[in-house]
Amino acid sequence: MALLETKGLKKSFGGLQAIGGVDFTIDEGEIVSVIGPNGAGKTSFFNVISGLFPPDEGRIIFEGVDIAGHAPSQITKAGIARTFQNVRLFPNLTVLENVKVGQHCRTHRGMFGAIFQTPAFRKEEREIEEKAKEILSFFGSRLVGYRFDQPAFVLSYANRRRLEIARAMATEPTLLLLDEPTAGMNPRETVELTELIGKLRSEKGFTVVMIEHDMRVVGEVSDRVVVLDHGVKIAEGSYQHVSTNEHVIEAYLGRPAEEKQA
Amino acid sequence: MTTVTTPLATTATTGLNLRRILKLGLLGGLGMVFITAIGMLAAFNRRLLITPILSLGYLVLFSLPFLIGHLMARRVEKEGVATAPRTSADVVAAAVAGGLAGFVAGLFAILVNAAPGLRGTLPNLSPALVEVLTLGMGVGIGLVLLTVLGAAVAALGAGFHWLPPRIARAVSVAAQSVVAVAVFEAVIDDLFDWFKTIPNFLYASRGGLTILSAIVVFLVAGGLAYFLPGRIPSLRSALMVEDESKRRRNSLIAAVVVTLIVLVIPQFLGGVLNELLTNVGLFLLMGLGLNIVVGHAGLLDLGYVAFFAVGAYTTAVLTSPLSPFFAPEMSWWQAFPLVLIAAAIAGILVGTPVIRMRGDYLAIVTLGFGEIVRLLLLSDWLSPYFGGSQGIRRIPGIGVGGSEIGGTSINLFVYFTLALVAVAAYISWRLEDSRVGRAWAALREDEDVAEAVGVDTVKAKLQAFVTGAILASFAGALFSAKVGSVFTNSFEILVSIVILVVVIVGGMGNIAGVAVGALVLIGVLGGPNQPGLLQEFGEFKLLIYGALLVYMMLQRPEGLLPSARRAQELHQEEFLQDAWLDKGGQLAETAPKGA
Repeated sequence: MALLETKGLKKSFGGLQAIGGVDFTIDEGEIVSVIGPNGAGKTSFFNVISGLFPPDEGRIIFEGVDIAGHAPSQITKAGIARTFQNVRLFPNLTVLENVKVGQHCRTHRGMFGAIFQTPAFRKEEREIEEKAKEILSFFGSRLVGYRFDQPAFVLSYANRRRLEIARAMATEPTLLLLDEPTAGMNPRETVELTELIGKLRSEKGFTVVMIEHDMRVVGEVSDRVVVLDHGVKIAEGSYQHVSTNEHVIEAYLGRPAEEKQA
Repeated sequence: MTTVTTPLATTATTGLNLRRILKLGLLGGLGMVFITAIGMLAAFNRRLLITPILSLGYLVLFSLPFLIGHLMARRVEKEGVATAPRTSADVVAAAVAGGLAGFVAGLFAILVNAAPGLRGTLPNLSPALVEVLTLGMGVGIGLVLLTVLGAAVAALGAGFHWLPPRIARAVSVAAQSVVAVAVFEAVIDDLFDWFKTIPNFLYASRGGLTILSAIVVFLVAGGLAYFLPGRIPSLRSALMVEDESKRRRNSLIAAVVVTLIVLVIPQFLGGVLNELLTNVGLFLLMGLGLNIVVGHAGLLDLGYVAFFAVGAYTTAVLTSPLSPFFAPEMSWWQAFPLVLIAAAIAGILVGTPVIRMRGDYLAIVTLGFGEIVRLLLLSDWLSPYFGGSQGIRRIPGIGVGGSEIGGTSINLFVYFTLALVAVAAYISWRLEDSRVGRAWAALREDEDVAEAVGVDTVKAKLQAFVTGAILASFAGALFSAKVGSVFTNSFEILVSIVILVVVIVGGMGNIAGVAVGALVLIGVLGGPNQPGLLQEFGEFKLLIYGALLVYMMLQRPEGLLPSARRAQELHQEEFLQDAWLDKGGQLAETAPKGA
């Protein structure tokens, strides 16, 4: 059974159809890239899956349960975590706190435990801290040590992206949605992050869907590529297959002028 | 960096710049006229600071020329821009501007004197006022005197910049100390009840410092400030150091010291001051509650007084024999848990409908809720249950060991208030650094993202509302027992605003900051219906509140004693710079590969 399956997913904003009936499946352990020109509905697709906007029509079946219309926090709890295209951290919280917040839906102690400092509360706080540090160490030396207590807004752009991935990892997802993880990174950082995305699967066991514009990254890590244009899936398959598909080329480059007239 | 700016760029704003002199001089003059015309001068003149030469009124009046002088001679140092050297022209310019301000005030006195009809529209403009304004010298000499004094004070303000920084600081601390000792006359008088020599030496029999004692205080404070440089600011920065564990330790030490002081002080204070301290405690309780809602969770609640009212009225209904409809006549202790439950329910009732609202909308709707509660209590519908405008009277005090503690035994009641404040402070301290506290922080930072990373924002918001409501009901329950009666006019919208101002001025997000805010605003200025230490402020309280709020927003938006995080948030740019410099150092040490 597929890990995530969408059937006839539709979403319009006023008269604009952002997603017009997308059927999409991903199996456990896959890395799938979603590509398409600007305005193709890629981010809208993510927003609908992660619950930021409920779909107008269609079903989103995650691990056998239809999660369409659930609140984002419930969907995160069910096991889908995401990052944002325009990095959205909690800028004034520290690096460590950002990751700790990510663990919110996996921890349980409430106000009572905090006020009376129950042993269970303290144990959980310790575990949260250890786990946050462990997750951050996944990124090598970049987000550890003196970084722990720095507010997120001082981080460099690349580090913010890493921290956002770390925060998503902290929610213990099975499916990770990465929205343009390498946008704004320099070539060197891009190479590094590409490796890291591979590791997200091989070491951490996440299934990954990512939106990406950098075709080298797409070609390198994805098992499968899905191409969206005008909210519709126009092609699907291996990178080689998709990159030679004439619909895809047309979506990206347009049709030659004489053909258009014909 | 290729541009080297010539001094020309800065001389435009300093020296003998006629436009600036006119602008500041006239503004200052208008300010002096304003202070006089609203009756502030006459009212504050009754309070002597240094007998017989300086009253609070004149201090306020002449603070304006001083400020003018200070502004005229100030050099704003900018990186990469040459600052013009100080010249005597600064002092002259300051004196001219200050003189102009005094002259305007003098002209105003002549105008008032010449046109007694003005009194019909501005009742404050009495002959007595003219006398006060012209220092009792008649309008002609008064005009000259005001001009000269204005010029002199402004020159003094300008000359301040010439002092070496260390001396300038010492002088400033000394002057502030003199004012503080004079203002805190009642407190010092009470504290040294057992050793009358000190207050007898300090204060003249009709109030205010004597000239001799003012000089002594000035010299002692100035000397201390000169020889112990930087102790006081370092105390403040000690509470804000970046290192988390150090900050924590320092805060703990500060908390212990403050607790000890707070435990001892009421012993020495008289009834009036303990009453005042109790009021501070009540507002501090509400401030701590609102701090959770606004400071931690970022939900701007302008109707917070509603929860205070729920606490007070629930206590009244449950304990008073005169409760009109339902009078179980419980003791305060029996009622207290029920009060908390009622407050929690009120928190949920108010919180649920506004859960989807944000920012301005939330503020307006809660503002409405605050008024609705008061108007409902007054309405024909609920009057039979809660007494309407008659209120509920004969609320018993808090029974402790067979006796009842209430407003009449304020010296004991204050301890009770402080105990609840301690509980509230402890609760908010513990909650801040917990899973719930982090959820609130995430909510404040970015609600959508908080939801997307798995924080149940509906639940987190309700938790914040309920916690805030419960802390406000602490204050409500105490208030009922203290006053012995509740009326709807104790729960006007103004109370909500004042609590919010306490939180903002003190330092949002910081327990100690809220305490400082409550002490300064409620203790010194006074609450909406409660007199403060400066009783003369009574009718001008709201004006001063407003002025203080505007000033704080412009100059210190993080509050008097901010939380480290809030300060960093509001000064992101500087912080980024520092971090950038830091990182330069760090990079050299660890030399990580890549970017």
